[in-house]
Amino acid sequence: MDKKTPLYDEHVRLGGKIVSFGGYALPVQYGTGIVKEHMAVREQAGLFDVSHMGEFELKGPDSVKNLNRLLTNDYTEMEDGRCRYTPMCYPNGGTVDDLIVAKRGENDYFLIVNASNREKDFAWMTENLQGDAVLRDVSDDYAEIALQGPASKELIRKLSPSDRLPKKYYTAVFDTEIAGVPAIISRTGYTGEFGYEIYVPACEGPKVWQALLREGEELGVIPCGLGARDTLRLEAGMPLYGHEMNAEITPLEADLGFAVKLDKDDFIGKEALLQPMKRMRVGLRVTGRGILREELTVLKDGQAIGVTTSGTFAPFLKVSIANALVEAGSLEIGDKVQVDVRGRLVDAEVVPLPFYKRAK
Amino acid sequence: MYEPSDLLFSKSHEWVFFEEDGTAVIGLSDYAQEALGDLVFVNLPMPGDDVTTEEPFGDVESVKAVSDVYAPVSGTVSEVNEDLLDSPEKINDSPYEAWLIKVTDVTDKGELMDEADYNAYVEEEKAKE
Repeated sequence: MDKKTPLYDEHVRLGGKIVSFGGYALPVQYGTGIVKEHMAVREQAGLFDVSHMGEFELKGPDSVKNLNRLLTNDYTEMEDGRCRYTPMCYPNGGTVDDLIVAKRGENDYFLIVNASNREKDFAWMTENLQGDAVLRDVSDDYAEIALQGPASKELIRKLSPSDRLPKKYYTAVFDTEIAGVPAIISRTGYTGEFGYEIYVPACEGPKVWQALLREGEELGVIPCGLGARDTLRLEAGMPLYGHEMNAEITPLEADLGFAVKLDKDDFIGKEALLQPMKRMRVGLRVTGRGILREELTVLKDGQAIGVTTSGTFAPFLKVSIANALVEAGSLEIGDKVQVDVRGRLVDAEVVPLPFYKRAK
Repeated sequence: MYEPSDLLFSKSHEWVFFEEDGTAVIGLSDYAQEALGDLVFVNLPMPGDDVTTEEPFGDVESVKAVSDVYAPVSGTVSEVNEDLLDSPEKINDSPYEAWLIKVTDVTDKGELMDEADYNAYVEEEKAKE
């Protein structure tokens, strides 16, 4: 039986098409459909229930030491109110999960992990904690709403004090409020647009969701489901655990090298990550006719060199795109490949990631 | 634009209109397009290809998924709606105008329902969801 998020009744009321995802019953889309929801986020703004995401708190004098040992990014220098993305690895370099760590204060961190990995992450981290640090799973305390799109700022200013909103990308304000409810608000997201992620007490979720929709109506803000969340993150070149990375795929192979600090002291997976990587992630854009999906064979000059890890029709770009994991060094930007789509070879080319970048 | 009352429907949600000369015009029902969501790609056979009752003759893709389209009759494809190759969203916009293929030399028909029976069938399907 899937768990319901604090916003489940809202989704049903709004006509959401409910599916099972990461152990939760969540809307894949509303009546407007994935394409319109996707475009709303690119052009106005969209509202997502992301309460399924897991939240942990890490506290204690050895917090930083543990973050630096457990995670591939470096947390040594970090101001309060900063957020930093990171993969977390097994000793063999495979990926446990990818997460965001936000610093609330000295020895006080807030971690956001993937829903489907929450229990695994908690067990892995707890097992590997050293010294004086305590990890707590506080996921059920929060409803999380993502407000994404260019109209987000105007909307959130109607409901939150403007001097207590995160101003820079990847920062968070922990002691703010929205619609009269205490909230944590960060300038983060999974769409490639300007936006916020909002954490409120679980029981206040519906109130905040309703207020955002009510105040957002005149700005063209609509509720969006998991379908648009996936097409948006794909266009924005963002990886998804279980697709671009997993226990067998390293973050370097997944093109997440920017968050792997090989020059810091020993961390779990470092030794493995120092070895030459066997595969690499590339972006593919269809030049022929067809839609790429996951787990399709990628061929160059008739030779299989890898597989797609995610693929879709990209509603903003109006073309099919995919991420593929291919033999390291086998492809360069501009190379032509074929993808086996149910027995039919579809032409595609290698393009730079991200596929879509918002105009500043 | 075909009138749903002039059409016959398959259990796999295709519609058929029989022209006077026996040509079968085939499309997707309103229920099918609604269930599939925004269509972004169609893959259709070529004129001259044979299709067989209750076997896939092409596929349609929404943003999220691929679905086969099944032939409600057996025969030979005489015409393909090439408009749809560039504008698959026409199936969502007007399912009873956006035909997929025309089939001649029809040798077999599947189990087909009239509009009233099909509507009842759709209600049953919805109740199962």
